[in-house]
Amino acid sequence: MGAAATIDRDTLLTLLLRLADDHLVLGHRLSEWCGHAPMLEEDLAMPNMALDLIGQARALYTYAADVEGKGRTEDDLAYLRLEREYLNCLLVERPNGDFAQTMLRQLYFAAFMEPFWKAAASSTDATVAGIAAKAVKEVAYHIRHAGEWVVRLGDGTEESRRRMEDAIEELAPYLDEIFEDDPVTVQASAAGIAPQPSSLRPAFDRIIGPIFAEAGLTFITPPYSQRGGRKGMHGEAMGFLLADLQHIQRTYPGATW
Amino acid sequence: MYSQGLIGAKTETNEDEAFLAAFQARIDAEEKIEPNDPMPEGYRRTLIRQIGQHAHSEIVGMLPEGNWITRAPSLRRKAALLAKVQDEGGHGLYLYSAAETLGVSREQMTEELLAGKAKYSSIFNYPTLTWADIGAIGWLVDGAAIMNQIPLCRCSYGPYARAMIRVCKEESFHQRQGYEIMMTLAQGTPGQKEMAQDALNRWWWPSLMMFGPHDSDSQHGDQSMRWKIKRFTNDELRQKFVDATVPQGEYLGLTFPDPELKWNDERGAYDFGAIDWDEFWRVVKGGGPMNRERLAARRKAWDDGAWVREAALAHAEKRRARREATKLAAE
Ligand SMILES: [Fe+2]
Ligand SMILES: [Fe+2]
Ligand SMILES: [Fe+2]
Repeated sequence: MGAAATIDRDTLLTLLLRLADDHLVLGHRLSEWCGHAPMLEEDLAMPNMALDLIGQARALYTYAADVEGKGRTEDDLAYLRLEREYLNCLLVERPNGDFAQTMLRQLYFAAFMEPFWKAAASSTDATVAGIAAKAVKEVAYHIRHAGEWVVRLGDGTEESRRRMEDAIEELAPYLDEIFEDDPVTVQASAAGIAPQPSSLRPAFDRIIGPIFAEAGLTFITPPYSQRGGRKGMHGEAMGFLLADLQHIQRTYPGATW
Repeated sequence: MYSQGLIGAKTETNEDEAFLAAFQARIDAEEKIEPNDPMPEGYRRTLIRQIGQHAHSEIVGMLPEGNWITRAPSLRRKAALLAKVQDEGGHGLYLYSAAETLGVSREQMTEELLAGKAKYSSIFNYPTLTWADIGAIGWLVDGAAIMNQIPLCRCSYGPYARAMIRVCKEESFHQRQGYEIMMTLAQGTPGQKEMAQDALNRWWWPSLMMFGPHDSDSQHGDQSMRWKIKRFTNDELRQKFVDATVPQGEYLGLTFPDPELKWNDERGAYDFGAIDWDEFWRVVKGGGPMNRERLAARRKAWDDGAWVREAALAHAEKRRARREATKLAAE
């Protein structure tokens, strides 16, 4: 981030919606575990992380609605867009799979967001900086919690190790997308609002590296990467997620809850 | 729970009249009984059973409400519901810990629940069919839980009493939050009001059943009262609940599904219709609409999570061994 170039409203809105959608969708996925975790302690820890994510999503949607200036609310943005209008990355919408996959997805996203929020804490946009200052503390806990599980499962038993390896393979195609720069991120970075995603890769690797080393796991580079989330092209599971999410809002248009 | 007679029969050797009388004297003096204090086996078993059932209720109770987390109608409601269900898990954790002070493990209690041997509150064997059920559960079910639990804050067993103080604060927050959901619906569109009324229709009677059988049919009440585990009878608590809740429902403009419900000036309390005890016993014994699914969901979570728990143990063991090896090498 650098000079004080300006950002146009649509670009800022897109940037905010991408971030908000990432947090909402991952929070939603995590909340699907509630009451079904492998142990009671995780039935407390996973909702904790989900609450952080949903809280961050709310702050981002509220600001996005403000920036948009059309009188929409956080809920209008969260609940009443079409699937093709959601801009989250594919990683966060991946189905939970087993506990290994859920924890690895959490670690990956947190390891991306921690350097993101650190950089955004000195954003030229005061609202973004405020959201970042709070989020950076929360995401540090997510790295610790999910990272500890990746170590436990990688090191634990033959079965848990096999499941961790499967999770690494399963999620590998969705990593490149989160580090991708495009005109939106270029403009946001030039205006000093948010860092370029590609610039966060070294910090991500510095977080993941020691965790994988302790877990005895090997990072893999997939032959193909999947992209599309930032342009609203999602996996087939996304429609069902939105069907759940939007169910009441769509059934009772205009009601207050 | 156990009667005085059974206690005598089971613990003849070390619980003579003098022991029981000395224990009762401590209870009557309102002393708190702590984990390492001498206590009759029957007292211990009664508490293990009651605290265990309470803990299981918190855990199974996460399921009906969890059913609406992904469909909550606004971000504010979603966060609040997620936090509520998480609180219930926390209550389960404190309660299992309180029961563990009596010499039973969480694992043992969990196995009994999954084997269908331990009970939990019958209310959670009803389905949550609409969003209004989330309001009704907070208002009525957490409301009934508070009526039961406030006197438990003065329970003679210290760890249980202390757990209840912490739990009650959160339950009353849940109750207000549930009532606020009902209020929003009652003041909303005709469709929302109808949803609220339907939820009250379905949850009212099961909520009254939460207090358990009539005093005249309850076998364990007397001894529990003497030991000050309980402070009020089932019927007393149920009446308090009705008296507190009916005006709240009337304020919402909703109708209770009981034509016999009416204020009795002479008693200074509401009269209400007969509870369907056949339904109560059917649900307690496994025949409620959701009994099978609730237990199946708990078993699935437990079974699917077995490899995770095993891995955590294996990793802890390996770490310990590695630490020891480095220590040895350093010496
Ligand atoms: Fe509770
Ligand atoms: Fe409770
Ligand atoms: Fe509660």
